[in-house]
Amino acid sequence: MADGFVIETTDLHKRYDGVEALRGLTLAVPAGSICGFLGRTGAGKTTTIKILLGMAAPTSGRAAVFGLPADSPAASVDIRRRTGFVGDDKGLYDAMTVRGIVRHTASFYPKWNREMEERYLRRFELPAERGIKGLSRGMRTKLAMLLAICRGADLLVLDEPTTGLDPAATEDVLQALVGHAAEQGTTVFFSSHQLGDVEQIADHVVIIDRGRTAVAGSLDDLKQGYRRIQLVFDGDAPAYTFQTKGVERVKRSGRVMTVLSSAGIDGVLGEARALNPVSTDSTPVTLKDIFLDTVAVED
Amino acid sequence: MIFRPNAASGVPIYLQLMEQVKHAIETGALRSGDQLPGIRPLAEELVINPNTVAKAYRELEHEGVIELRHGAGAFVSGAAREKKLTDRLRAGQTIVASAVDKLRSRGVTEAEIRRLFEAELTKLTGKGDQRG
Repeated sequence: MADGFVIETTDLHKRYDGVEALRGLTLAVPAGSICGFLGRTGAGKTTTIKILLGMAAPTSGRAAVFGLPADSPAASVDIRRRTGFVGDDKGLYDAMTVRGIVRHTASFYPKWNREMEERYLRRFELPAERGIKGLSRGMRTKLAMLLAICRGADLLVLDEPTTGLDPAATEDVLQALVGHAAEQGTTVFFSSHQLGDVEQIADHVVIIDRGRTAVAGSLDDLKQGYRRIQLVFDGDAPAYTFQTKGVERVKRSGRVMTVLSSAGIDGVLGEARALNPVSTDSTPVTLKDIFLDTVAVED
Repeated sequence: MIFRPNAASGVPIYLQLMEQVKHAIETGALRSGDQLPGIRPLAEELVINPNTVAKAYRELEHEGVIELRHGAGAFVSGAAREKKLTDRLRAGQTIVASAVDKLRSRGVTEAEIRRLFEAELTKLTGKGDQRG
């Protein structure tokens, strides 16, 4: 894939019957990355995916996939041809057998990879002659993934692919994703509320909260930039507003002040010196901490 | 394989992988000239992002720990460097072991020791990198 961004949205808004599902979502997914799209239920993840695939039109703002406008019907056909999609309902026809739906799907895609199809049928241990109705949830997900990757897609979009799967099936699905991304250089964009999945396989992360981007960037940069700094004072921690950049949250409790910084510790420590803390301490922050500290708390 | 990064840790996976490769060299599990697993097989085995493996390998090459030969893969670098690294690490291990012993004897728990080390290291990186 060429350099640049496979998915780009700018100030995306979507209103359904008076409900604002998206309120200015801006995100960019670099080519060749595995991007985890995180947010609480109802944050706007599925709406975003629908807009990217032309299944819903934005109220305002811009969404582009492969540089093509997602809200243009003509461009959307091209986008969907180059994109493998695994949706929440998996979009499978219950009346068909596994082999039946594989052949049916293959007939639409000239670039269908027969060798890969055989390989993944074996790897996923999918029973070729069984009816789709008789498949477990894990098997349905694996089948939907097989259909999405064998078409020779440049982009895989998955909406909560591991929800409801047991740990073994989850590992199988994640492993197939990283294997496929490594083999084909395919860009992967997957929504999830499973932080563990995202931490394990994503190199980029977008956290969405109430229809807006809360945090976005390379996972390594986030982990290296975010720090929790604890300042302990002789008496009660002072009420103080930090001027330095990257202070995301400050909590005070008795003698202790805890500062969450997204820009390392230097700025905060430099400023805190004037407050005369008796001790300072800093610890790295996990993605879970970042998630919990950046998405709005219900109030 | 000998590598086992922990995705849930606050430390980036590529840094953990780099440390684990270095540790494998230090303990002799990997020796000069040994081939490291390819990017794709390792990514699949550990179920981590292939770009993360590639980044760890690039950084290790930059530090002179491994060599990337085009088309052939990644190999542990020459003996001199390895020896030096081993000696340095062995000396370091002794210092750490005695520090940990002293802390334990004062009743500092394992989790607390871990946090003390992490806090010190964070200070170091903070000083080294002015922009944070």
